[in-house]
Amino acid sequence: MTPQPDSSLSFGHELPPEESPAPGKGTIRVLQLYPRDMNIYGDWGNALVLAQRLRWHGYTPELLEYNVGDEFPADVDLIVGGGGQDSGQLVIQDDLLSRESVLKALAEDGTPMLVICGLYQLFGKFFKTRTGSVIPGIGVLDVETHGTDQRLIGNVSVSSPEFGTVLGYENHSGQTTLGPGVSPLGTTAKGTGNNSDDGQEGARYRNIVASYLHGSLLPKNPALADFLIRTAVERKYGSFSPGTPDDSYAVLAREHAARRPR
Amino acid sequence: MFYFSIPLGKFVRRVSRLRGGGSALPGLVVEKIDPGFMRRTLSTLPHGVAVVSGTNGKTTTTKMVVELLESQGLKVFTNRTGSNFTRGVAAALLGEVDWRGRLDADVAVLELDEAHAVHFVNQVPPRYSLLLNVLRDQLDRFGEIDKTAQLLQHIASKTTGTVVLNREDPRVARIAETLTAGTHGAGIEKGPDVLYFGLDDSLLSTFPNDDELRAAPGSPVPPAPPKPHADVVLRRVGAADADFECDGVTVTTAMKLRGVYNIFNAAAALTLARAIAVRDGAVADNDGLLTALSQVAPAFGRGESLVVDGLPLDLVLVKNPSGFRLGLKSFPAAGYATMIAINDNYADGRDMSWLWDVEFDTLREGGVDQLSGSRAYDMALRLQYDDVAIGAVDTEIAPALAAFISGARDKPKRIFCTYTAMLAIRRELSKITTVEVVS
Ligand SMILES: [Zn+2]
Repeated sequence: MTPQPDSSLSFGHELPPEESPAPGKGTIRVLQLYPRDMNIYGDWGNALVLAQRLRWHGYTPELLEYNVGDEFPADVDLIVGGGGQDSGQLVIQDDLLSRESVLKALAEDGTPMLVICGLYQLFGKFFKTRTGSVIPGIGVLDVETHGTDQRLIGNVSVSSPEFGTVLGYENHSGQTTLGPGVSPLGTTAKGTGNNSDDGQEGARYRNIVASYLHGSLLPKNPALADFLIRTAVERKYGSFSPGTPDDSYAVLAREHAARRPR
Repeated sequence: MFYFSIPLGKFVRRVSRLRGGGSALPGLVVEKIDPGFMRRTLSTLPHGVAVVSGTNGKTTTTKMVVELLESQGLKVFTNRTGSNFTRGVAAALLGEVDWRGRLDADVAVLELDEAHAVHFVNQVPPRYSLLLNVLRDQLDRFGEIDKTAQLLQHIASKTTGTVVLNREDPRVARIAETLTAGTHGAGIEKGPDVLYFGLDDSLLSTFPNDDELRAAPGSPVPPAPPKPHADVVLRRVGAADADFECDGVTVTTAMKLRGVYNIFNAAAALTLARAIAVRDGAVADNDGLLTALSQVAPAFGRGESLVVDGLPLDLVLVKNPSGFRLGLKSFPAAGYATMIAINDNYADGRDMSWLWDVEFDTLREGGVDQLSGSRAYDMALRLQYDDVAIGAVDTEIAPALAAFISGARDKPKRIFCTYTAMLAIRRELSKITTVEVVS
């Protein structure tokens, strides 16, 4: 329906209010890429988890947004991007290509990033559709994606050498193949992952984590969230002094999710 | 002409009833041995067939249209038992036709799931269709929201008389552009007429669409194109009444239905009923329709109020982000004890990511007393990240419900629940209180 500018009635997500003043360990600027057009299946959850966990670790999150046509913000410490409808991908495609150099520079420099599904694909070299047309990606990741008729849907469990068991939910028809320049996030114990052939899921390159897992990914995988946070803080402040987030619900949510069928 | 398929189908229907089986088997049998049965039977109806589809609110809207048309003296055939797929319609028809295959009705009003509606309209082009909304629901099945819009567009393209569209849902409203003359299949000379139902500007913000889930406050939004005229506009929603504008007159009517989204669907039902009930150019009986509308009670499971320990207990069905957000907005938390039960069975949708597209800040003040369902801990985690306090968590519904009820004896109660969680809760509640039973 027609968007309403009245923010008091808006359903736009906002962070919960802070209970206490910023503890002052420092500020981390988290940039959401294309939240207007690439934001599906709970992708907001990833940004929310980064912001809240930063607080729980004693840092102050500053949530920024970059949408089509915006000025690209300076001093970004952490980047998170999600998936979208085919229509959303069409909307952002040209704008993303125009930001290739800045995103590549940030990636090579070691900026931690999380890219899910659609943006994972477009961070790769190209997406070739079923009809044979080629959508160029920005080539930050040495991966390529081919559209298929088959939709890969369901719960996924991944064993990752870095992060242990990673749990989530996949929903994609593009199938991604990794080149020699990246390594997989892990191997799938349940579900399909990157493609129906090699049993791998996601990609790792420098401090980038790319994955097909929605769910949202970060809430049930705090180890992954804390890797991104730790990396961002260490790059900016030299060292990271963690707080003590209460992850007991996350632990139980993981146990129950792992028992659910595909 | 005598069709062997009908007695056979009726026989299978009886046998499968005796065995306590599902309602679709007899429909399947008739479909297989007599594929023309449905089209032949429904084509005899003087007012034709109306199809109701869309993501949210089909059941209650169909119920409203049926009751509105009955208030106008029409005999309505409908698929009441919630078999919203083609075989379910065939099975329901078998129960209604006589042994010669005649259906004693003036019009058929059928609730059809989007994907099955496409199959149905290919067999039986409807005279009317009402397309409610395209929201994120069970995306596991259809993959993408745009595909759901395409399904609805196909229903519209097969409609021979009037298509009723939601003016406020851009994916639905856009369907009108595809209905120009000449784009239709064999046998249809001109495109169907288009009617809209709409909302007052003051209510628009209570109906976000999925494109706005992440529209940040204050971020620039593309300008809205001018809107077409709507046949019925919902102007205001009160505690127990609502204002509808039709034919330039705004009328206040009492409402038994609760929840803003149900009442918006009442505008949809009114628009369709007005189109069907107009006969030989006569104007629809608005007063009669509105009186009937004020009497409509919610369909099974869609926001109903029961009584436990002398205090109300509301069940609010939530199955997608928009529905959950509207539920939270329609039913303020203040003064109520709150429980949330989230299952992830096939009928609920297996994907839990939708919980992250809902904001729970309205529950922050009072907290949530009890969580349950197979994904109770996903819900707990979601609430933790929105700083909402949580009382108890138990994935088993029966003990969770008992604890919730005994822990809040002096308070009215509200339970937000997914579909299969609602079924389980009703089963348990029927041991405590009188619950309407559906056949
Ligand atoms: Zn995806």
